[in-house]
Amino acid sequence: MTSPTALPFKTDLSLELAGLRLRNPVMVASGTFGYGPEYADVVDLNRLGAIVVKGISLEPWTGNRTPRLHEVTGGLLNAIGLQNPGAEGFIATYLPFLRKYDVPVVVNIWGRAVEDYVRVAERLSSEPGIHALEVNISCPNIKEGGISFGTRVDLASQVIGAVRKVTRLPLIIKLSPNVSDIRPFARAAADEGADAISLINSFPAMAIDIETRRPVLANVTGGLSGAAIHPIAVKLVYEAAQAVSIPIIAMGGIRSAQEAVEFLIAGASAVAVGTATFADPQACLRVIEGLEAYLVRHRIASVRELIRTVRL
Amino acid sequence: MIQLETAVIRRHLPMGADYRLLEMETPRISDAVRPGQFIHLLVPQSAGLTLRRPFSVFRSESGRLSVLYKLVGVGTAAMQALREGDSVSLMGPLGNGFPAAAAGAFPVLVAGGYGVAPLYFLAQRLASKGRLFVGAATSADLLCLDDFRELGWPVTIATQDGSVGVAGLVTAALDAWLAAEGKGRSLEFFACGPNGMLKAVGGRAIDRGDKGWLSLDRHMGCGAGACLACVQKVRKSGAETWARVCKDGPIFEARDVVWDEPGLGENKP
Repeated sequence: MTSPTALPFKTDLSLELAGLRLRNPVMVASGTFGYGPEYADVVDLNRLGAIVVKGISLEPWTGNRTPRLHEVTGGLLNAIGLQNPGAEGFIATYLPFLRKYDVPVVVNIWGRAVEDYVRVAERLSSEPGIHALEVNISCPNIKEGGISFGTRVDLASQVIGAVRKVTRLPLIIKLSPNVSDIRPFARAAADEGADAISLINSFPAMAIDIETRRPVLANVTGGLSGAAIHPIAVKLVYEAAQAVSIPIIAMGGIRSAQEAVEFLIAGASAVAVGTATFADPQACLRVIEGLEAYLVRHRIASVRELIRTVRL
Repeated sequence: MIQLETAVIRRHLPMGADYRLLEMETPRISDAVRPGQFIHLLVPQSAGLTLRRPFSVFRSESGRLSVLYKLVGVGTAAMQALREGDSVSLMGPLGNGFPAAAAGAFPVLVAGGYGVAPLYFLAQRLASKGRLFVGAATSADLLCLDDFRELGWPVTIATQDGSVGVAGLVTAALDAWLAAEGKGRSLEFFACGPNGMLKAVGGRAIDRGDKGWLSLDRHMGCGAGACLACVQKVRKSGAETWARVCKDGPIFEARDVVWDEPGLGENKP
């Protein structure tokens, strides 16, 4: 009789997603991990499934006035306003650093008009070291556009179709949670040739200082992220998975492997850790380790076997 | 290099009024930290907070690092429960820190309230003695004065209620000294305190043609330069741009700071 501990159970975290080869399905979410160097002292970037860098527009963008951030129960309100160095700034300042690593680099892109999305996608597509684009059609903090693309199916289709025409990079479409039905948006992404969808972006939200009666954020409203939004995200991922067969990257309130596993069962092929990084820069590594431990404990040979396995 | 280190609480002392001193054993960060830098402390998770809390370093020696904090909200309220022997996660050292003092310039340190903490660490490490000006609302808000006197530094005090020293703002005490002793001297200002005080002290430095180093405090998220929450408008190569207080600061030269955000650089009534 052999002891059950004689042969340690091995599980495989790797998978292919939208043409990307991921060593594990745990990414870091756009806007919470900078452009790579910020956390590189404390996180070995080569251990990540992928890095999704903060949103890039064609031209540099100054973002909103301050205060831009406010802690609330169970999460965070932010209205950074997509401050970024622009495509050329990113390519010159950050891409050489990222190229030194053996990790897929996903660049989140945004614009105020369809033409902006097209031009930034074109510019980034000609640079080596960028492995996929995540198209942000859902930022709640930009008046000029952003979320309007993410809350009208016709506009979403238009921007996705236009970007699809100009790039051969894998395209991930980041969806807004601020819609009555997520499924038409997921289908629009699939129909327009996207390789994957990611959800959810933060929720439009607001906080007021009761002493001054003024909004806490200079932008008045912001996006709610963190633990509070996780169950909503699970529901939306579950619904999107019913609607489309392209892979889903799930984010929203992941703090440990628990939430990541939930997302995978609900229908996601990969996940991204966001707000939790601020409290624990190594949260993404804890999630990877916890996910592996979960798979071993359940004798699941590959993480791929966990995806879309919710029992109803 | 930023490090994550589990620190063990060695002392946690009341400092009068709403102030506390937290001394932690944290050898790696303690060895590396320089005056003006800060640490990002993860408040015990039972508090259910989403963000760490940043603190300027007050002392750092023999593997131990201390911060001075004031009870101002839910984070610091939860920190009160920390006992000797408890562990907390620290990230640090963060930020740029004060630059090396200019040769030949007399250091003038200006503190508002518990902004005195990073200036004490600076005074400890400066090669030459200078003078400290400290302003506080009341005598209960005056901290670390004995520490400065032990270093042999003269201290000038201003309290807004007039209970100790000059009655009024610290800039009144500073201006009197500048008029009497500042003429024709090369000074270098180092300041930490409320925005109104920083703007005023920076203005004195600019007017005199001296350097003025201001330690800014903004609501921070990540502390590592990733989230772009704690930005401050600055002049860089003639153009206005955002700097990250956590990463590009928290120390800025007075000439570079653009005080045009609503509420910045104004004294609250």
